[in-house]
Amino acid sequence: MDLYREEILDHYKHPRNFGDLTDFEFKDSDRNSSCGDSLEMGIKVKGGKIIDIRFTGIGCAISLASASMLTEMLKGKTLVQAAKIDDAAMLKRLGIPISLTRQKCALLGVAIWQKLKPQLK
Amino acid sequence: MLDVKKIKADFPILKRKINGRPLVYLDSAATSQRPLSVLAAMRDFDLNHNANVHRGLHTLSEEASALYESARGTVVNFIGARADELVFVRNTTEALNLVARAWAFKNIKKDEEILLTIMEHHSNILPWMQLGLRVKFADVTEEGILDMEDFKKKLTKKTRLVAVGHMSNTTGTINPIAEIVKMAKRVKAAVVVDAAQSVPHFPVDVKALGVDFLAFSGHKMLGPMGIGGLYIKKERQEETGPFLTGGGMISEVYTDKPAVWAKGVEKWEAGTPNVSGAIGLAAAAKYLQKLGMEKIRQHERELTDYGLKQLSRVKGLRLIGPSDSRVRGGVLTFIFDKYHAHDVAQVLDSEGVAVRSGHHCTMPLHRRLGLVSTTRASLYIYNDKTDIDKLIAALDKVKEVLG
Repeated sequence: MDLYREEILDHYKHPRNFGDLTDFEFKDSDRNSSCGDSLEMGIKVKGGKIIDIRFTGIGCAISLASASMLTEMLKGKTLVQAAKIDDAAMLKRLGIPISLTRQKCALLGVAIWQKLKPQLK
Repeated sequence: MLDVKKIKADFPILKRKINGRPLVYLDSAATSQRPLSVLAAMRDFDLNHNANVHRGLHTLSEEASALYESARGTVVNFIGARADELVFVRNTTEALNLVARAWAFKNIKKDEEILLTIMEHHSNILPWMQLGLRVKFADVTEEGILDMEDFKKKLTKKTRLVAVGHMSNTTGTINPIAEIVKMAKRVKAAVVVDAAQSVPHFPVDVKALGVDFLAFSGHKMLGPMGIGGLYIKKERQEETGPFLTGGGMISEVYTDKPAVWAKGVEKWEAGTPNVSGAIGLAAAAKYLQKLGMEKIRQHERELTDYGLKQLSRVKGLRLIGPSDSRVRGGVLTFIFDKYHAHDVAQVLDSEGVAVRSGHHCTMPLHRRLGLVSTTRASLYIYNDKTDIDKLIAALDKVKEVLG
């Protein structure tokens, strides 16, 4: 099955940058109420750069895996570089066709990122 | 049991291959498939009789009007009502909104109450909550059965309306409508029934139940989408105001004084109706009648018993809803191990098995039962034990893929 290709399953089973957000300055969350997916993301910024990022929550394989990939995409980037990361970049990174119904799973992490972006300094 | 092999032949869609495998359609609680006879009836109307109803004097218009009213006759017969008691609507949701706006809002006072149950579909919750009136919810047991003690406690002299589902789309729970009506009558409350899941699956007789309003959808009973029925008891019609206004629902219109509404069900059928839909719905009712609603119920009960037994043997699977098929329709809802319902449904789809996942438009019930999202396999006349076996085999694949 394409949707559950090895890399996605690996991110689902071993999400990167996953865990406690207590000492993170910038935090936001979002949910797909219809699925019961609920994720929260935290970011640390220093010198105009994302020096740490973490997420936590519950979700399906696709929402967890894509959020995990997103944290990898954002970590270490300057705010200017990171600002370019959007829905299209996320779908490209996933590298598989995502059906309309699963798009909101795949893009939940990016939705949080879009809320966090204007707060960062 | 029904002759499923013979029935399947009437549903060409069931021959489809999904992801290279034969389709196993287990999502009839969301929408059912349509047999050839339904499609033929609608096609015949479109090809040979299409015209607007109740307006023209020409032959086609007369034919269309006659077909439309004959469809109404078939559908009322199906639910034990009279022809002047059935309004054609788009679906159950529209029907319930109609009752909320045109009856409840007009007849319920600020200090009075509407009683629902926590197992209702969102479409039997939200229309009532929009009215600004007091809404109460009767609780369920851990098995998802209506808690009658709690219901009795919440049914008071202030209750003016009880809005209850006949069968839960999530747990399959069948509610004791006749008993609820008896209790409601004692406090002079009206009863509206969301029959979206019952009319397609077992005999429903509005007169025997004694309900005031009853709503159902065509597409869940082998008919087309965009057509449904609302039964309004004759005695409630006078006090039910108009819903949508416009053509077809009036007898007189003035510019300097209020219009006079049409007498009878036309009052709630503003605008050009879905005539071919009504004809399709009637053909669906005939198809079901031919099989026999008692037999359909029996068939689904046997399948439900089989499904509950087989699924309860799957390691890590937890069934939701009543264990007794006497109070449960053909809905098999479960959570599977640590897997998210969407992932379960997606892997099942890769095996050709179509199920529903999510909250099934019953968020308050999911919350009450401590669930986030569930997977639901729902049964109908074209399903057999093999379909359930295939579902269970496909669950192995879920474990294999997701680990």
